[in-house]
Amino acid sequence: MSASDPTNAPVAQPAAEGRPGWAWRPFALAAPALILLVAVIGYPLFIIVLRSLSEPQWGVQNYVWFFGAPVNLTVLQRTFAISAWVTLVCVIAAYPYAYLMTAVGPRVRLALVLCVLIPFWVSGVVRTLSWVILLQDSGVINSLLRAAGFDGIKLIRTQTGVVIGMAQVLLPFMILPLYSVMKGIDLRLMRAAQSLGARPSRAFFTVYLPLSLPGVYAGAIIVFILALGFYITPALLGGPRSTMLSTLVQTQVLSLLQWGRGGAMGVVLLVATFVLLALAAPVMRSRYREAGRH
Amino acid sequence: MKPAQESKGAAIDLESISKAYGGFKALDGVSLRIEPGEFMTLLGPSGSGKTTTLNVVAGFTDVTSGKLLVGGRNVVGVPAHKRNIGVVFQHYALFTHMSVGRNVAYPLTLRGVDQAERKARVARALDMVKMGDFAHRYPSELSGGQQQRVALARAIVFDPPLLLMDEPLGALDKKLREWLQLEIKRIHRELGTTFVYVTHDQEEALVLSDRIAVFNRGRIEQVGTGRELYDEPATLFVGRFIGDSTVLRGEVRSDGASTALTIAGETVTAPRRIAGETSPVMLLRPEKLAIRRPGQDAAGTTNRLPGTIAEAIYLGSGSKYEVRLDDGSTAIVRSPLTGDSFGLGDKVELCFDGADAKLLAEDSSADATLT
Repeated sequence: MSASDPTNAPVAQPAAEGRPGWAWRPFALAAPALILLVAVIGYPLFIIVLRSLSEPQWGVQNYVWFFGAPVNLTVLQRTFAISAWVTLVCVIAAYPYAYLMTAVGPRVRLALVLCVLIPFWVSGVVRTLSWVILLQDSGVINSLLRAAGFDGIKLIRTQTGVVIGMAQVLLPFMILPLYSVMKGIDLRLMRAAQSLGARPSRAFFTVYLPLSLPGVYAGAIIVFILALGFYITPALLGGPRSTMLSTLVQTQVLSLLQWGRGGAMGVVLLVATFVLLALAAPVMRSRYREAGRH
Repeated sequence: MKPAQESKGAAIDLESISKAYGGFKALDGVSLRIEPGEFMTLLGPSGSGKTTTLNVVAGFTDVTSGKLLVGGRNVVGVPAHKRNIGVVFQHYALFTHMSVGRNVAYPLTLRGVDQAERKARVARALDMVKMGDFAHRYPSELSGGQQQRVALARAIVFDPPLLLMDEPLGALDKKLREWLQLEIKRIHRELGTTFVYVTHDQEEALVLSDRIAVFNRGRIEQVGTGRELYDEPATLFVGRFIGDSTVLRGEVRSDGASTALTIAGETVTAPRRIAGETSPVMLLRPEKLAIRRPGQDAAGTTNRLPGTIAEAIYLGSGSKYEVRLDDGSTAIVRSPLTGDSFGLGDKVELCFDGADAKLLAEDSSADATLT
């Protein structure tokens, strides 16, 4: 139900008006989380920005360096490109899976949820190394291909390999929001659309798909942002031509001890992400507004 | 009834339609002819097959056997989107991501109607349901009654020759329901198309329909006008389902021309019999029964049964009494305000003319399915 539901408003208000202190109670309850957020996100972020501007001396020299070196810009662009590919792969793989979860009975649904979550409980390093075994030149996939008479394909240390590995890790973040939106879609609307003359595929594209878009957007934002910061998977599955920004940050900070440059890269990534989301927001907001009305 | 003029509606013929789910027969040989432009109501308790019948006509449910003709064309096997039938659902089924205007335009867009004509037809349909000012609103901004009117506009905007309505007023409160019933009646008159309306509410069926088909356990018990069903119920189930009724059961003795029932020692008679039925029951409408104080002279009534007032309800236009008879059964009596008034626990005599009693075959399902 949307916030405009008239049955909600009168219940909440008298309590707030009757006792002035009540308005603050939710904040008091949220205090531990707020303090934690400020302490572990706000403060480090502040330090990152500060050091990017103050090391080795005060000024914007780290940013000048970042935008002056073409390799940095290439890697930044590649980071966004890989994240976009991962997001696309996740949407395509997750959409039918999430739909299946809404269509089956509770037992099968539980099994499907477990299939999504069990790999998720395995350590990221272990999982990525499993992908190395699968993807490498003499690995499972290539052995099978050769056994079937095909040529082997180069997967490890390619962008494709990175996208495959990352998409698998991030798939649950797409499936779960999609499922939660899809299970709220009234399937009887499809029947109504058909009675009005829409063949099933048309009913899907004009009714079901638009109603499921909030889930696609929610999942896409989560997957995209998480993908931007990925480190282990691209480091192990990728090669020099699929380096992502986090690897560069690691090199600057841990190998070269250039804390200022590492900070500047982090800030650039953060700002670029915000800009991108701000550009996407109007489209998503209008869709949210409409689909949120049940 | 519809006037004899040319009707825009389609005739519908259901010919011994059956639908089985595993061993369960949801529909068991349903045959029904609906005339062009007729307002036909499918009435029955839940699980009686009325909604299944509607879904079969709409094309949402396929049949196990039987024939279905819409406008003379056999449509068994034709998918719902090719049937050109308007459907209104109990749950409105409006597309929440579209404005009211786009919802109503949806079937026209699918049919490739150009924009200018689409706009005009959407406006006309919305005006017909008195929602002309709401085209830019979203369904969530409307009340239930408004949403259902929009759904109705969407179902008629493409001029289907047949409109199906599945308990469209079931989710609305009584006042709104009564008002919308009259609106639906008006729209039916203005459109002249065939309406098939599903409800479990017999009053609603009586208000709306040209004819009513009473469903019970996957079969049609009787088809007729409201008056026919009330005055001449073919089965005990129909008698119980339409209107209030009193059922008298007792020891039966029938001779050539009359049937006598002995109930807790008292005998009542009706001047007819049903051939071949060994244990008929008597059904009496509340206005055919009268109550008097014991011993009071009651000229003209042939039958009397002693009882006690168990409930007295003041209705404004009269009073309704429940009388507990000596055999434990309950009689329902409606009496005008001018008559005597009785209080709880009063000993009374129930009087009726034997000619007013309907003799019907016993049907134990009639009581069980009423709830």
